[in-house]
Amino acid sequence: MITKRIIPCLDVKDGKVVKGVNFEGLREVASPVDLAKYYSKSGADELVFYDITASAEGRALFTDVLREAASSVFIPLTVGGGIRSVADFERVLSCGADKVSVNSGAIANPSLIKEAAQKYGNQCVVISADVKRVNGSFHMFAKGGREDTGMEAVSWIKRCVDEGAGEVVVNSMDMDGVKKGFDLELLKAVCAAVDVPVIASGGAGSVADFITLFKEIPDIDAGLAASVFHFGEIAIADLKKALAENGIPLRI
Amino acid sequence: MIAIVDYGVGNLFSLESSLKRVGAETVVTSDRAVIERAEKIILPGVGAFADAAKKLKESGLGDVVKAQAALDKPVMGICLGMQILFEKSYEYGENEGLGLLKGNVVPMKGYIDENLKIPHIGWNTLRFVRKNPLFKYLKNGDYVYFVHSYFVSGCQDSLIADTEYGKPLTAAVAKGNVYGCQFHPEKSGDVGLKILQAFCEL
Repeated sequence: MITKRIIPCLDVKDGKVVKGVNFEGLREVASPVDLAKYYSKSGADELVFYDITASAEGRALFTDVLREAASSVFIPLTVGGGIRSVADFERVLSCGADKVSVNSGAIANPSLIKEAAQKYGNQCVVISADVKRVNGSFHMFAKGGREDTGMEAVSWIKRCVDEGAGEVVVNSMDMDGVKKGFDLELLKAVCAAVDVPVIASGGAGSVADFITLFKEIPDIDAGLAASVFHFGEIAIADLKKALAENGIPLRI
Repeated sequence: MIAIVDYGVGNLFSLESSLKRVGAETVVTSDRAVIERAEKIILPGVGAFADAAKKLKESGLGDVVKAQAALDKPVMGICLGMQILFEKSYEYGENEGLGLLKGNVVPMKGYIDENLKIPHIGWNTLRFVRKNPLFKYLKNGDYVYFVHSYFVSGCQDSLIADTEYGKPLTAAVAKGNVYGCQFHPEKSGDVGLKILQAFCEL
């Protein structure tokens, strides 16, 4: 039986891991390569690396980190941040990424998903959606959550999947960093709209939040979090054990 | 020396790194002479069958792999590289594979339950069907990482392990010196490394 996945997310800036609360007040955590090795040993099923650097120097540092991580950690790696073209896909794939996630790049250029899916396969293209409620509806946000595109999120995600995205990361900006649980309403809406794997992100604060996520939404494939793992508030091994005890299929 | 056949499909960085990790000497190559000199051959691959089969054919590397397999050299296909070892694929039309193993590549759609997602992405268990040296460091039920929408059917004579996704799907095959994994050993953590190590020790 296919298992649910637990995915730590590493936001990388200038070669180091940071985690923002509501995307502001960035705080340094640790070496991304050390953290990746630690998570892989602890039972993480996959890792996400987000490059939140803007500069060319930072980008070069990021690919160094990625290459080093990919040569020492043998679980799937998804890379996102600053992906705007097929050339960007190539850049990170050649450094050991398995999947590439796009958000702003796809908003600016919707044909990017199709082009990349045709070249690398649907399984390689992940749509990462930063979503926030605005006047009672879900809006897509771009540029690391700074810009409201005004687009309705669920229909936009569906369109990306129709174009060839093979997986969706749904990041609830309303819940991000708040640690009061995943955004079940938003996640249910996305799961009902698409038939590719959906990864829940934003809001994990406790083991109970993950149990609720997988019990309430059986269609969710994975739970992603950053700070609760980085700061040791949740140990992945304990989390997986607790989920398994609750009848959720996991790789232990 | 293990030759990883580079025919222009897929990311070989992780595969090369994982083989290095288990102490293997590897070379990523599209050079016929290098492949012929290698002790073992790995045929990787991601993407679409038709495109990969065409590239193997046009480059002549498919024939090189076939000839080397006929000389009893261990050959292992991974993911799409495993599917290409078989006779035929029905992914976007009908396309010929290398025909080293008996069986065909068919869509999961229409075979597995409708409510299951395709592709089959994630960690799933291996269920041993036959004993094989590839599994010498593994135990039945170990988890490996899959990403695929098509699977090999009609390969009873080479099937060594399957996995359960609503229905049984071919996970690993072996016949003589020809091996294949539908999953990605280079992405399957310690379990995957143990499979690669076992292949290196053949």
